[in-house]
Amino acid sequence: MQSIKHEVKQYVLDNFIMGASSQELQDDDSFMAGHFIDSTGILELISFLEQTFGIKVEDEEMVPDNLDSLNCIEHYVQRKLAVFAGRARKER
Amino acid sequence: MEEQFGAQRPALSTSVLDIDCAEETAKIGRQMVHIVSRVLHHRGVVVALSGGVDSSVCAALAVRALGPQRVLGLVLPEKDSSSATTRLGRLVADCLGMEYRVEDIGPALEAIGCYRWRDEAIRSVFPEYGERWLSKIVIAGGAQGRLNYFNLVVQSPDGRTREQRLPAKEYLQIVAATSFKQRIRKTLEYFHADRLNYAVLGTPNRLEYDQGFFVKNGDGSADIKPIAHLYKTQVYALARHLGLPGEVCSARPTTDTYSMPQGQDEFYFVLPYDQMDLALWALNHGLSPGELALALGITEPQAQHVYADIRSKRRATVHLHLPPQFISAVEEIAPAHASLSSASGP
Repeated sequence: MQSIKHEVKQYVLDNFIMGASSQELQDDDSFMAGHFIDSTGILELISFLEQTFGIKVEDEEMVPDNLDSLNCIEHYVQRKLAVFAGRARKER
Repeated sequence: MEEQFGAQRPALSTSVLDIDCAEETAKIGRQMVHIVSRVLHHRGVVVALSGGVDSSVCAALAVRALGPQRVLGLVLPEKDSSSATTRLGRLVADCLGMEYRVEDIGPALEAIGCYRWRDEAIRSVFPEYGERWLSKIVIAGGAQGRLNYFNLVVQSPDGRTREQRLPAKEYLQIVAATSFKQRIRKTLEYFHADRLNYAVLGTPNRLEYDQGFFVKNGDGSADIKPIAHLYKTQVYALARHLGLPGEVCSARPTTDTYSMPQGQDEFYFVLPYDQMDLALWALNHGLSPGELALALGITEPQAQHVYADIRSKRRATVHLHLPPQFISAVEEIAPAHASLSSASGP
């Protein structure tokens, strides 16, 4: 199974910086500061995260700390999935 | 500009936006005459009248500069327009003594699919949305330091409202569909301009122009933009100076695009226009977030968010300002230079 970071990186490379090589996007690069993704792009990225990982990005979670780099996104998605798994265990 | 304040500059206040309205009116008039006749080689101008302050001021400036016989006003309502649109558009044209036409663009929008595409996207978020329901989009996030996003608000016929964040696909489709309104209007403006050998006025103020608050090939398209250098506060000052009706001079800026009433500060800007003006001025003049915070009565982190939002919108709307991009320059066709449009005069 591909890592979260790898899947998101491939999505960003394919959709927001077409033609870029993998080396052009480092794990800590800020999407906003690097102008890779604008505000509409963020909405597209969120739709991708929700569909790909089955999470719901809440309004209050739409902050750069969660979404502005590959590392941020990986940590954020892992946290969301862990909460989801924890809830699922409790319900069983 | 920073040096003019020095280390002990006075606190930021609305007085920084004060202008000499008589002088500004004369300057715009000279430039407009020069551009229309010497640069564009046209005989007059067409201006779409929304009943708002920007288009009203543009019409008044054109009438002063060119004479009422060289200005055609167009009032272009559709089924979601406020009833004030037509009434105020007529009022302004009558007040200025200019010719105008009222043309309902609703049937054209219906035929081209504006409402159908919009409603389809709305229904994928709110399946119960139907006839006689109202809707609008509101901006969220930016003022709280979050990333900007948009909520869809719908109102059922019994008056109950519901609100939900829009996914990218539906947001884009709703905006694309409603942009038909600005583009159909512009098509009509150019039809009348062409048949009369007139130019088309674009009516954005500085805040709208700077922040990309316009539809490309819609209200963003024009031959002259006479007030694009003026902050909205300054446009209101000109409206009063030009003697426009009181209702126009005090009108709250709206988009007049969605069926529910919608202020511009709900749809696009994170603050009401007068505060946005000060924030934009402060950013343009190198003032710190602390100075802006003091002037607006907000916290310094909030002021930082406002600055970040302005910068973010500038980045996000660069493409709206760009002319078509060429693979190789066609050097024989030079881009228009600013000097082409400079009028000499007293």
